[in-house]
Amino acid sequence: MLSKSFIFCGFAAVLCAHAGMAQATLNVFACEPEWAALAKELGATRLEIYSATTARQDPHRIEARPSLIAKARKADLLICTGAELEIGWLPLLLRRAGNARIQVGKPGHFLASEHVDMLEVPEKLDRSLGDIHASGNPHIHTDPRNMLRIAGPLSQRLQTLDPDHADHYQQRYREFERAWQQAIRDWSGRAAAVKGTNIVVHHDFWSYLIDWLGLNKLATLEPVPGVSPSTRHLAEVKQLLKTQQAEMILDTNYLNERPARWLSEQTGLPVVTLPASVDYHSGETLQQWFDRVVDRIREPVK
Amino acid sequence: MNLLCVRAALASAVFVSASVSHSATDLEELNKKLDEYEQRIESLEQEQAETRQRGAVSSEYSRRKTTNNLFNPAISVILDGFYASYKNNPEDYRIPGFALGGEAELAPEGFSLGHSEIVFSNNIDDKFYGQFTLAIAEHDNELEIELEEAFFETLALGAGFTIRGGRFYSALGYLNQIHEHAWDFKDAPLVYRALFGNQYFDDGLRLSVILPTPLFLEFGAEALSGRKYPAGGEQDGVGSWVAYANIGGDFGVSHSWQAGMSYWSADKIEREYGGHIHDGAAEVPLFAGDSKTIGLNAVYKWAPDGNYRARNVKLQFEYFNREDEGGLTLLNSDPLEASTLDGKQDGWYAQATWKFASNWRTGIRYDMLDSENTGSDLDVLDEAGLLSNGHTPKRASVMAEWVPSEYSRIRLQYNRDDSYQVSDDQVYLQYTFSIGSHGAHAF
Repeated sequence: MLSKSFIFCGFAAVLCAHAGMAQATLNVFACEPEWAALAKELGATRLEIYSATTARQDPHRIEARPSLIAKARKADLLICTGAELEIGWLPLLLRRAGNARIQVGKPGHFLASEHVDMLEVPEKLDRSLGDIHASGNPHIHTDPRNMLRIAGPLSQRLQTLDPDHADHYQQRYREFERAWQQAIRDWSGRAAAVKGTNIVVHHDFWSYLIDWLGLNKLATLEPVPGVSPSTRHLAEVKQLLKTQQAEMILDTNYLNERPARWLSEQTGLPVVTLPASVDYHSGETLQQWFDRVVDRIREPVK
Repeated sequence: MNLLCVRAALASAVFVSASVSHSATDLEELNKKLDEYEQRIESLEQEQAETRQRGAVSSEYSRRKTTNNLFNPAISVILDGFYASYKNNPEDYRIPGFALGGEAELAPEGFSLGHSEIVFSNNIDDKFYGQFTLAIAEHDNELEIELEEAFFETLALGAGFTIRGGRFYSALGYLNQIHEHAWDFKDAPLVYRALFGNQYFDDGLRLSVILPTPLFLEFGAEALSGRKYPAGGEQDGVGSWVAYANIGGDFGVSHSWQAGMSYWSADKIEREYGGHIHDGAAEVPLFAGDSKTIGLNAVYKWAPDGNYRARNVKLQFEYFNREDEGGLTLLNSDPLEASTLDGKQDGWYAQATWKFASNWRTGIRYDMLDSENTGSDLDVLDEAGLLSNGHTPKRASVMAEWVPSEYSRIRLQYNRDDSYQVSDDQVYLQYTFSIGSHGAHAF
C-alpha cells in the first residue's frame, strides 16, 4: 500500500516537473544542427533545443528511429530545411509523433527553405538525373546571408508561440542581426581572395557558398546528385582538369573521402574538406562554424 | 526608434566637435560625414524593413508546399520479380506441426513476378493521412489483386495519440508492419509463414499513444474484424484483438534500438488452412475455437556517426508463441473426420544484415519452429499436418544485395531449408525496383 502511494507520488511529481518544464521553455526540434544553432541565437535560455542530426550525418538519409519520434512527440516547434531534404524521414516522423502542434501548416512547423531564394531548381524531374529536389538545392545554410533571411521569420515564429516573451526574442534578434551583418562583412573581406577561383566539388552541397563567395564550379565528382562517384566519371573530371585549371577540390565531411583523395593524387589539387554544419553538440556557434569554413577555403589560395 | 537616437547623438557630436574646432573646412568635412552616415542609416533601415516584411509573409506558415505532385497523392509502384531454383519439388513443401494457410506456399520455380505493388498516400487534410496499397500477384496463372492496405490515420489528435482505421498490417510484430519489398530477405521468416501465412492484416481500428518520456515508449491496441487468416469465419463485431508495447532509444549517435511485445487474441474463430497445400487431397482442415499469440521482438542498428547510407549493421530477433483451443474438422471428408485440438506452436528467427559499402549489403538469418499439438484423434491432426512427428523445422539463409540507389536492388539468396524431413537447397535471384515518389521507411 505504502509503496503504491509512493510510486503514485513519484509519478505525479515527474508529471508536474514535466508540465512545469513545458511552461518554462519551448521545446524545439531541429532537423539539422544549423537550425538548432540559429534557434539558440534567437531564443537562448527560453528554448529547450534538440538537434535530430549532427554535422557528421547526411541529412538526406536519416531513419525515423524511436528516439526521434519520442523527441518529436514533445516538440512545440519543429525547424527543418524543407525542400524535400528530409523527405525520407520527416513525413514518417510527423505521422508517428502524434503531435498536432508541429504538423504541416501549424505555427509549430517551420521550414527554413521557404524564406530564401532557391538555387538549382531543376527544370526536368527525372530520377535518372539522380537524387534531385523539385524545390531546388536544399543546402541553403551554406550562405550566411540566408541565415539573416531566415532569422527574421524564425524570430517572428518564436514570438507567435511564446508571446509572453516577445520582447526577449525581439532583442535577441536585433543583437543577432547586428552581429551577423558585421560577421558577413568580415567573412566577405577575408574570403575576397578566392573570388573567381575555379573549383571541383564532390556533392552539390556548397552551391550557396559558391554563389556567395563568387567561386566558379568546374565539375562535380558525383555523376548525378546523390550517386557515388564512379571511376569513369572521375576519369572524365581528371581529363577536364587537364584543359581547365582548378585551385581545389571541395569536399564535405560526411561523405566518403576516397574519390576526392584519388583525384587529388592524380592532379595535385588540394582537397578542402569543409564541415557540413555547425558542431552544435560540442557547443559550437554558427559564427565559429562559418569562421572555420572561411578559413579553410582561403587556405589553398593564400 | 534607436536609429533616431543614433542620428541625434551623431548630430550633437558633430555640433560639439564643430563648435570646438571653429574651422570652416572642418565643418564642411563633418557635414559631408553626416550626410554619409545618414545614407548608411537609410540603407540599414531599408534592409530592416525588408526583413520585417519577409517576417510578415512567413506568418502564413508555409509558402511552398513540399508534397509530391502538389495535390495529387504520392504514388509509388514496386516492381518485383525473381528466379527461383529448388532441389526438392516446391509442391511438396510443408512444415510438420504447422498446417499452412494464407500465402505460405513456396514461390514457383523459374522466372516469376512477386508482389507488384501500387501505393498511393498523402495527407488528406490537416487532420488525416491516407494510404492505399494494392498488391498484384499471379497464382496458378490467375491474376490476383489484393487490397493490402486502405487506411486513414489521424494527424492532429495531439498528446501523442493516433487513431488508424481501415485495412492495415497489424502491429503485432516488427516485420509484420514492413512492406514485403522492404524486407531484408526474399521470403518471410518461417515463424511468419507458419503462423500468419506470411503477413497479417485485417480491417479495424488502432489506437496508439506515445508517452512524453525521454525514451520512446508506445502503447497500442487494435480491434479487428477477425475475418482474416489466421482468424477467420463469419464475425460480427470485433473478431480479434491486438495489444502491443514498444520501447526504444539510442546509445550515442551510432547505436539505436527498439524492443516490443504483443498479444493477439481471437475467440470463436474458424481458421481455414491449406488454401495452397497441394497434397492432391481436397480435404481442408478447419480449426474452430479460441486462439492467442504472444510476440516478442528486438531490433538493434549500428551506423557509424548515424550515417546509415554509408555503412550499417542491423540485428533483428522475433519470437511468437501461439495457443489454439477448440476443434479440428477436415472439411469434405466422408465420413466427416473431426478431433479436439489443443495446439501449442512457437518459433523464432534471428537475422543480421551488414551494409559494408555504400552499394553493397549482405545478411544471414536463422529460423526455428517447434510445436506440441494434441487432440482426441491424432490421425485427424496428422492428416491436417499438425503433428511434428519428431521433426524440428529450421532454415538457414544467406543473402547478398547490390543496391545502386534507394530505388533499386538486386538480391541473391540461398536457403538451406529443413522445414520438413527432406533438406532443400533454395536459391533466389530477385530484383526490386520502386518507381515514383520517395517513400519513407520506418526504423
